[in-house]
Amino acid sequence: MIELEGLTKRYGEKMAVNNLTFTVRPGIVTGFLGPNGAGKSTTMRMMLGLDRPTAGDVRIDGKHYDQLKDPLKYIGALLDAKAMHGGRSAYNHLLCLAQSNGIPKKRVQEVLDTVGLTPVARKKAKGFSLGMGQRLGIAGALLGDPRILMFDEPVNGLDPEGIHWIRNLMKSLAAQGRTVFVSSHLMSEMALTADHLVVIGQGRLLADTSMADFIAQNSRSYVRIRTPHRERLLDVLQRAGVTVVQTGNGTLEVDGGKSERIGELAAQHRIVLHELSPQQASLEEAFMQLTAESVEYHAHSEAPPEQPRAWGDGWRKES
Amino acid sequence: MATGQVIRSEWTKIRSVASTVWTLSLAVVVTIALGMLISLLSKNEFDNMDRADQLSFDPTFISFAGMSLGQLAMIVFGVLVVSNEYSTGMIRTSLAAVPQRGSFLFSKITVATGLALLVGLVTSFVTFFLGQAMLGEHGAYIGDEGVLRAVIGGGLYMTLIAMFSMGVAAMLRSPMLSLGILMPFFFLVSNILGNVPATKKIGRYLPDQAGSKIMQVVTPVDNDTPYGPWGGLGIMMLWVIAALAGGFVVLKRRDA
Amino acid sequence: MIEAVGLTKRYGDKTAVYNLSFQVRPGSVTGFLGPNGSGKSTTMRMILGLDNPSSGQVTIGGYPYRKLPNAPRQVGALLDAKAVHGGRTARNHLLSLAQLSGIPDRRVDEVLGVVGLQDVARKRSKGFSLGMGQRLGIAAALLGDPQVLLFDEPVNGLDPEGILWVRNLMKSLAAEGRTVFVSSHLMSEMALTADHLIVIGRGQLLADMSVQDFIAANSAGFARVRTPDTEPQLREKLSTALAEAGGHVLPEQDGALRVTGLPLPRISDIAHETDVRLWELSPHQASLEEAYMRMTQGAVDYRSTVDQKAGLQQPLPPGAQPQMPVPGQGQPGWYAPPPPQQGGQPFAMPQGQPGQPAQPSGPPQGPYGAPVAPAAAPNPYAQPAPAAPAVDTTKPKDAR
Repeated sequence: MIELEGLTKRYGEKMAVNNLTFTVRPGIVTGFLGPNGAGKSTTMRMMLGLDRPTAGDVRIDGKHYDQLKDPLKYIGALLDAKAMHGGRSAYNHLLCLAQSNGIPKKRVQEVLDTVGLTPVARKKAKGFSLGMGQRLGIAGALLGDPRILMFDEPVNGLDPEGIHWIRNLMKSLAAQGRTVFVSSHLMSEMALTADHLVVIGQGRLLADTSMADFIAQNSRSYVRIRTPHRERLLDVLQRAGVTVVQTGNGTLEVDGGKSERIGELAAQHRIVLHELSPQQASLEEAFMQLTAESVEYHAHSEAPPEQPRAWGDGWRKES
Repeated sequence: MATGQVIRSEWTKIRSVASTVWTLSLAVVVTIALGMLISLLSKNEFDNMDRADQLSFDPTFISFAGMSLGQLAMIVFGVLVVSNEYSTGMIRTSLAAVPQRGSFLFSKITVATGLALLVGLVTSFVTFFLGQAMLGEHGAYIGDEGVLRAVIGGGLYMTLIAMFSMGVAAMLRSPMLSLGILMPFFFLVSNILGNVPATKKIGRYLPDQAGSKIMQVVTPVDNDTPYGPWGGLGIMMLWVIAALAGGFVVLKRRDA
Repeated sequence: MIEAVGLTKRYGDKTAVYNLSFQVRPGSVTGFLGPNGSGKSTTMRMILGLDNPSSGQVTIGGYPYRKLPNAPRQVGALLDAKAVHGGRTARNHLLSLAQLSGIPDRRVDEVLGVVGLQDVARKRSKGFSLGMGQRLGIAAALLGDPQVLLFDEPVNGLDPEGILWVRNLMKSLAAEGRTVFVSSHLMSEMALTADHLIVIGRGQLLADMSVQDFIAANSAGFARVRTPDTEPQLREKLSTALAEAGGHVLPEQDGALRVTGLPLPRISDIAHETDVRLWELSPHQASLEEAYMRMTQGAVDYRSTVDQKAGLQQPLPPGAQPQMPVPGQGQPGWYAPPPPQQGGQPFAMPQGQPGQPAQPSGPPQGPYGAPVAPAAAPNPYAQPAPAAPAVDTTKPKDAR
């Protein structure tokens, strides 16, 4: 369990993190989302005692980070894949971490096996690809078999097999009752991994809810219907007071509706349905909706389809 | 947190990077080779020296002439041991593993100092004996008065230089910045300040000027230095303590 | 148009790319997929004339890159965001590129605006985050307004807004009739962006087809069927009827049924005949990731094994069960099987088997050592049911 209480970090004039209060609970994967510059990294660094909060408090299982004896046995973190000395071999990197926390030597070999780096254990880390560096970082997080795990952008640089692996690793760690806290920019990946979300923007807490609630609150959900008896169904639904949207390709959509109710109505009137599927917007859409105000570097995304033609033409005429 | 664990961890760190090996071996080779070369040249020049120079001829000190270059390698060693943590990003991993920053810095300095002391003493003795072999009949013996003190002092001097560099690197964090300041300072600035009459009185309180007195056995003729060999080493130690204290405060206060 | 014919690259006795032939056509976004070490980067480098093929050739618009007249105005590429002199400002970096190929200066400010870097245009790029470096690389690719664009992992380091922007940018570039060739490891992202896929493994072509065909060819779609929760007997009734009609029925964790082997209208008819009311009947297609994983099994370099945790004699955490199935996508297993022996057909597509990889010695025990989930494991994550990232919007083939 990680508890944040009024956590604040100020750099000069700029509030990087502003009065954050939330709790990361065990047994689930908690996703940590926010646009670039929202304060995610600063928050994670304060959790690990690397940065000192301007105000407020972070507690790991009730203790301050620097009160933990052998902290790697409580909390393992992957902060960034390159937080290691490139001239040191993967094995020695893990060995020095293990020794500093009194973790037995053979555990090093185990985590190397776990992340699949055994064949390159004696090679220097600077020759590693981003994905291999990431695996080494993950090995470091698992080293102390901690009850709490923290991952910052864990899939960076991994190939699909690696992404699949880390996703299932995080889920199974949570299923064992551990606390798993993971930040990522990849919404589609988060949608598959996280159970709970903490969203921040410009250093403030924007949301702290379950994945399902987050999507439900921040986007449109609807039921998609296909039927060979379109007119009859339309009639039935309208009489029942259900608003139906007809889409171009012959399907019907009912906003916010419950598929159960529509299914019952159709059955009552002996209408055959070929599809009755509840649809929900993606996490990405919900996230965009929520954080629209707090993004630092805006690209010209307002009118993407037309834009390139326009800028291509402008200078070609002259040259 | 048991300090023993952290010390073991730091030992793994220091022995598992190439820079440790090359900086220390460079310090050994340069100090010995240059010492031998200058000893040999001095022996051949001895008969051409004037009487005063012959009287204050210090064979022990001559054999340590390579120290002026060898100490630069020791500086690089000291700087890299500390600032590598920052330049590679390892510091975040290290401090997450050992959040007690005092314990972290203490262990790192202890391990690096121990290693530097070992290498320094070996270098100092080898340099002395090989240097005296070059000097032939003008050489000194280890049993002569003050000689053993000078030879052990040579090892201590190299160790203290490395420690001073560690403290500076802990304050500055960047290897380029630390080396950019320390190398020219010890190679040029300090020598100039120590030899120009106007600044000589201040120059001799600089860490290397003061510390190197420990390697002198024969006092120069016009000596007016207000401290002896151990006094000089003491001044150097004060510098080292100040640098390490500064480094500790910076590490403790600033975000990693 | 990019065209590779018999493209081969050897480094010593290691063959990085072997006899690749494919075309990347204009007007669509073509995804380039493959595990690490499969030869993707080498292929990209040969397309751009950075590496010479050992044999075969690759042309852009009919010319090898090095013979292309005014190449920077024809081809734009983002290969590695960090291939920029860090001491130069973003604007000067682009200016130097523009001047090399006779592109007017004001075009530099245009592309800086397009990628959203106008505010930091005069800052040195070594202070840039990965995402900003990526934007600068994209600006450089767009500089000459080229007809052919290559992107290697374009969304690396970008935040969600940036990812959305890059996706829309690539789509709009393709919509203008340009050739867009993009490599990525992010399957879910590719599923949203690419129209066509080229998949390689161990340097050889594995697939060259549309995204839809690729998913259809490499995985099975299924239908999710839910009957009224209040009457469990209806569910049993329908299960039996569907099984009799030749369908394969599996329970899902939330009480729904996962049906394969029957088209949706048929399921609907059967429900009607047996008088079972339906609360849900949704078509689901496997994700691009699942399809990809099936195809490329055995072509992966670094594998992970079970965490034995022998060194840590800690009691199991309360509530943890040592033999818990992994709540992941049913397949392939958490610990994928070791690569098959060299020489044989490495990419034979095992149908629904990936269950039992060679585990490292001993039964998988301890908290991490969860056994591989059986392929048919009911699990809540297997299909992105409500929170789905949209692969399932494809029309079911059987719904007319």
